[in-house]
Amino acid sequence: MTNSINEIPNSKVMFVIGCNATEAHPIIGTKMMQALANGAKLIVADPRSIELAECSDLWMRLRPGTDIALINGIMNIILANGWEDRAFIEERTEDFEKLRENLQKYTPDVVSKITGVPVEQLEEAARIYATAESAQIFYTLGITEHVYGTDNVMSLANLALLTGNLGKECSGVNPLRGQNNVQGACDMGALPEVYPGYQKVANAEAQAKFEAAWGVPLDPTPGFMIPDMFEAAHSKDLRALYVLGEDPVMTDADANHVRKGLKALDFLVVQDIFLSETAKLADVVFPGASFAEKTGTFSNTERRVQMVNKAIEPIGNAKADWQILCELATAMGYPFEYQSPEEIMQEVAKLTPQYAGITHARLGTQGLQWPVPNAEHPGTKFLHEGNFNRGKGLFVAIDNQIPDELPDEMYPFLLSTGRKLSHYNVFTQHSEALETYAPEELAEVNPLDAKRLGFEEGERIKVTSRRGEVETKIRITPRVPLGLIYMTFHYTETPTNVLTNGAFDKVTKTYEYKVCGVQLSKLS
Amino acid sequence: MEWYNLTIDGCEVRVPKGTTVLEACRMNDIQIPTLCQDKELTPSGACRLCVVEIEGMRNLPPSCVTQVAQGMVVQTQNTKVRAARKVILELLVANHPLDCMTCQKMGNCSLAEYAYEYGATGEIYKGEKRDLPIDSGNPFILRDPNKCISCGKCIKACTEIQGRSILDFSFRGFDTQVGPAFNLPYNESDCVFCGSCVSVCPVGALTEKKMVGMGRSWEVSKVQTTCPFCGTGCNFDLNVKDGKVIGVTSNPDSPVNGKALCVKGRFGMDMIYSPTRLTTPLIRKDGVLVPAEWDEAIALVAAKFGQIKKESGPNAIAALSSAHCTNEENYLMQKFMRAVIGTNNVDHCART
Ligand code: SF4
Ligand code: SF4
Ligand code: SF4
Ligand code: FES
Repeated sequence: MTNSINEIPNSKVMFVIGCNATEAHPIIGTKMMQALANGAKLIVADPRSIELAECSDLWMRLRPGTDIALINGIMNIILANGWEDRAFIEERTEDFEKLRENLQKYTPDVVSKITGVPVEQLEEAARIYATAESAQIFYTLGITEHVYGTDNVMSLANLALLTGNLGKECSGVNPLRGQNNVQGACDMGALPEVYPGYQKVANAEAQAKFEAAWGVPLDPTPGFMIPDMFEAAHSKDLRALYVLGEDPVMTDADANHVRKGLKALDFLVVQDIFLSETAKLADVVFPGASFAEKTGTFSNTERRVQMVNKAIEPIGNAKADWQILCELATAMGYPFEYQSPEEIMQEVAKLTPQYAGITHARLGTQGLQWPVPNAEHPGTKFLHEGNFNRGKGLFVAIDNQIPDELPDEMYPFLLSTGRKLSHYNVFTQHSEALETYAPEELAEVNPLDAKRLGFEEGERIKVTSRRGEVETKIRITPRVPLGLIYMTFHYTETPTNVLTNGAFDKVTKTYEYKVCGVQLSKLS
Repeated sequence: MEWYNLTIDGCEVRVPKGTTVLEACRMNDIQIPTLCQDKELTPSGACRLCVVEIEGMRNLPPSCVTQVAQGMVVQTQNTKVRAARKVILELLVANHPLDCMTCQKMGNCSLAEYAYEYGATGEIYKGEKRDLPIDSGNPFILRDPNKCISCGKCIKACTEIQGRSILDFSFRGFDTQVGPAFNLPYNESDCVFCGSCVSVCPVGALTEKKMVGMGRSWEVSKVQTTCPFCGTGCNFDLNVKDGKVIGVTSNPDSPVNGKALCVKGRFGMDMIYSPTRLTTPLIRKDGVLVPAEWDEAIALVAAKFGQIKKESGPNAIAALSSAHCTNEENYLMQKFMRAVIGTNNVDHCART
């Protein structure tokens, strides 16, 4: 996030796109509700009638995957009305002309046809967003989980730049990061192309810095991203995989393909707190400790690094993941001699500019928002104040694109996936309390579709895609539009990702979880 | 900022304009009993336990809704004030079940604490007691309407923190009840079980169901930590008794969320003791995973990685790091892959 969670209740305008905050990020959702109570305006763009849509001032039910057209259309209207922020564009941005030229073809009528959103709603959205004193955009996986997810994100950046809604309180572009420490895993360089702090492995200076710190020669070639790993496993270029605390068999798209890839490996090691579906395929399983059994830090979606404090001893023979890694490295002849996570953080701080001023002692009970460049720095509430990472904000002309796989005659329904409130990925299913509350998948189907196919409320049906099939119970609800079925991926009994498409974004290699074609049928 | 001088119990104090008398007292470590006030909620002045005497005012005003004024002279503990508070407490206790020995809230109950301090026994106004059914139809929240003191905090928490307005008063007078609208049980309402209402209830009317009978508040140590479920990064206190986590309670100083949590963070922590937890290393032998010692498992993995690296080069090995694990662990994982194995093949599910 460029801004902070506790700025949300003071928002003037919130534009929420592809983001079901009240279910996926409940406390952020409650802050949005507080903003509404304080008089904020809310614009929602989502194919589903999510809870936020129900409380919004304007809900645009766009066709799945037409976000770029929508944003371009809104920008076209903003320019037509002269609502853009001229001073901001001149001082802080580049390539405005390219954008303007490209936007010409996205007239309200054209955009309305592509997106299914009425022209008046597009105009209203443009007016509310562009004429606000300050406006924040929030998005999540509904924007990024497309083959053109990167372009979706850049479109939103265009919109914010055009109206100068960046680098101020309550004014920015805010991706809500999904899992508890996805921000931190990125910050720490658990990515194939960067060291901690986003320092590129291909950069000679960065390489030299880490070679000096770690005392070994390092490879400047970026490694495999996740989808590459499964491909490489199939082709035998990859022989061993070490999986820490993830369950790709459940969470990655096209699960059958993933499972086959894992089976093709010579050696699979899984380190987890539960015997996950992936762990069941492993050659060796290491039992890790849960968050309650170890000390360390998580970095949340607003870049706040916070303490995780050990409350109990590990269960049984389990060990903290950092200890297991230390033992393994040492056994391989490179001793990791850390006595505590605190000591690891000291090394992180030395090598990671954004974390330079962070120590466990300083984090205390309130945490710190990075960048924290030195030991006195109080942390950073919002990013891009006065300047952007690359100097000036760059407009990028982006055209509407279509999803990799759309419904067709064979697979006439559009499957969209996401989360629900009571569960998080595949992790919370291990809570007995949450499990009794929400024990099984309830796929959402529109009443008219249900009627046509003869489905009853709560009936178990079969969902088939080009890649596989699953059975699921259904809930009949107008929350979903005609022709769309919505499912989560929380349940081992209904492994939705058997269905999803393994196509991915060209830059981030994020799978297109949000759109694929499926067929619905009665169980015979 | 404008500052006011006032006298509280004979002491001169200075506080910013706009402060309430209650806040002014608390800033200066003067204790005032409160039942309906919470710093995250708008004040309602409902319970009137926080009354004080202010020179020049006829009645005893509730301090939580009275703003300070220049030169104010406040008495917080004189006989008149204490007597007024005692009447309120006597009335509440008279209508209270008093099964404190089995009540989950014992040791942490505001009513019991003040009744003790003011010597309120409930004998003076003895009368009818309520005998209402307990709402236990959901897995998370136990509601005992007999213990409710109608302070209204849960209603405000649901509306103001959670933005939902599930709860309200039903019936009137002696029969007043606070709960989901139309006095429905929680699981038949639109409640999302965030437990914000539980976190503000001053008595045992709303409690965490799974914590009942698991420990007394004085036996429990609280460890502040960060939620392991979503990227919001809420903080809360793990409640630990005898080396075991018995539940979660709000930590009002949490930087992101204050007292608010969602159903996962507040009620999902029994996953720590899930029977599906792995408690020992496993090694596949003859096609099945069997328990093994740590030494054996570590040696096997080190040998296998070493062998594959030698035969096929470091790029034949890859790792998936974890968005569930700590920063320190993610740092070590990428260092392990880069410095020990010698490859940049490390990624994580950044995208799910
Ligand atoms: S649990 Fe949350 S939603 Fe339910 S009544 Fe209490 S405050 Fe409201
Ligand atoms: S249930 Fe608790 S918080 Fe709600 S009104 Fe009764 S005593 Fe107050
Ligand atoms: S309590 Fe709920 S909203 Fe807060 S971090 Fe945990 S899962 Fe997210
Ligand atoms: S605390 Fe002031 S009236 Fe209840």
